[in-house]
Amino acid sequence: MSAPALETRGLARRFGGLVATEDVSMRLERGARHALIGPNGAGKTTLVNLLTGTLKPSSGVVLLDGDDVTGLSQHSRVRRGLARTFQINQLFANLTPAESLCLAVGERLGHGRRWRAAAGRDAAVVAEVEDLIARFGLADVMDLKTRTLAYGKQRLLEIALALACRPRVLLLDEPAAGVPDDERADILAALAALPAEVTIMLIEHDMDLVFSFARRISVLVAGRVLMEGDPKEVAVDPRVREVYLGEGRND
Amino acid sequence: MSVALPAGAVSAHLNRKARWRPIEIVFWLAIVALIFAVPSRALLINEILLAGLFALSLDLVLGYAGIVSLGQAAFFGVGAYGAGILANAGLTEPILGLVIASLIAGALGLATAPLLLRGSDLTRLMVTLGISLLLGEVANANAWATGGTDGLSIALKPVLGLFPIDFNGQRNAALYSLIVLFILFMVARRLVQSPFGLSIHAIRENRLRSGALGVSASARLVAIYGIAAAYAGAAGALVAQTTGLVSLDVFDFHRSADVLLMLIIGGVGYLYGGLIGAAFFIALRDGVSSATPEYWEFWIGLPLVVLVLVGRDRIGAFFAKAIATRGASLIGGGAA
Repeated sequence: MSAPALETRGLARRFGGLVATEDVSMRLERGARHALIGPNGAGKTTLVNLLTGTLKPSSGVVLLDGDDVTGLSQHSRVRRGLARTFQINQLFANLTPAESLCLAVGERLGHGRRWRAAAGRDAAVVAEVEDLIARFGLADVMDLKTRTLAYGKQRLLEIALALACRPRVLLLDEPAAGVPDDERADILAALAALPAEVTIMLIEHDMDLVFSFARRISVLVAGRVLMEGDPKEVAVDPRVREVYLGEGRND
Repeated sequence: MSVALPAGAVSAHLNRKARWRPIEIVFWLAIVALIFAVPSRALLINEILLAGLFALSLDLVLGYAGIVSLGQAAFFGVGAYGAGILANAGLTEPILGLVIASLIAGALGLATAPLLLRGSDLTRLMVTLGISLLLGEVANANAWATGGTDGLSIALKPVLGLFPIDFNGQRNAALYSLIVLFILFMVARRLVQSPFGLSIHAIRENRLRSGALGVSASARLVAIYGIAAAYAGAAGALVAQTTGLVSLDVFDFHRSADVLLMLIIGGVGYLYGGLIGAAFFIALRDGVSSATPEYWEFWIGLPLVVLVLVGRDRIGAFFAKAIATRGASLIGGGAA
């Protein structure tokens, strides 16, 4: 049997006396649609930062396609096929979407040290940028500075940039957060159209999105995995209802 | 929801800055014309060109990479002393001396760049300032090579064996500086539009995201800092070669501060900004200091304060509007 696309074993992170992540072991098979849910402060963002290499774990390991990447920097993990989006937009405010995507595609192809020709001279890169612009509906804004874009378009660019890395594993950190209702459909369509072979972990608060998208769900509470199961199992689990869904119904 | 993308639109957008605009060609030809039209001011033009090259080097660091520096004079000084010491050691071929001196400055940039990767902007200001102070004192203490407070006086062979650039060849000196500036400007222009330049811009905009796209910020910043150091070294070497003198003031704080002023006046993060700022700064200093030799710095300070407080965009817009209304009224007057 082949190694899982992404695996953690006994992952833990402490900030002084505070335990943000404790003994998290999870396996994402290739092509998984896995959701990570949990109440605020459950340690979801810390876990994402441990997976991407922004934070180093206090103990435990992260495996990508069976290789231990725990000691690797963030950019080395990106080169090995682990990309992410951000809960709060992390875009290049004064670059245009086309320039941002051109950068992302070029970096993936290892062009970052090239200096002799303009970035847009490479036909293969341009073709890929055109494809991403079309797939994410960014054609009408591709030459505008990113900071002038509508929020929904910025969220789409956020996902498009991660996909430009041609990831094998993609971490989506609340992709629909803050998107107004009339722009939501675009985001949902973009998520549904993500390539089937990409392994996806979705971190999300929106239960409708989680239950329509995910085939497996892990529930994180106080830094630990409370349970893991398919959407039906999670929906009927009394502990989950208590800590999470019950809370959600009260607001 | 999606609008069809016209074929070639993305490529045209990405390459929009790579094409030479007519105004740029006019700009460079105007400098050549100026050198031939007023040979008596060749010395001043030469000074402006070299200050512009120095400002270009700071722009690569500050404008493109977003690294604040108060010590760009360190590399300028190394270039100047490099060219001076090489010439006095018998290497009197100017172009070879220029290349070697620039490479030494570049190597020093690469060696000191890791010091700038950590800490805040304030740390970087202090580290860059400290390095230039250190080097100034090293030059002062090693009088056997640098001439100490007396400085160095150098004599060079003519450029390409044909064009003397000493005191009797001021026009040649200005043309020599212009050609070097033009070549280095072309390289910088390519550089900032390349995938490498795009990644430098992206690191400045959002280091977190550029890292998430696989960009290793440290390596790229060290590279651009080294390149900029070589540019500053070239400016210093050319000043030494075209004036025939090197003195300790090449490391002075005021050099780093003046070049920062020039860049801010002309526009940060825009390659022509340094050249325009240098021309404005030096022409103003030259004009005002002959009109009021005692108080000329007042007239440098005043426009600077206005520029920073009011903003270049608004000043530009004011003049554009004034010219437009004036133009319109002239045309209207002509028709009436």
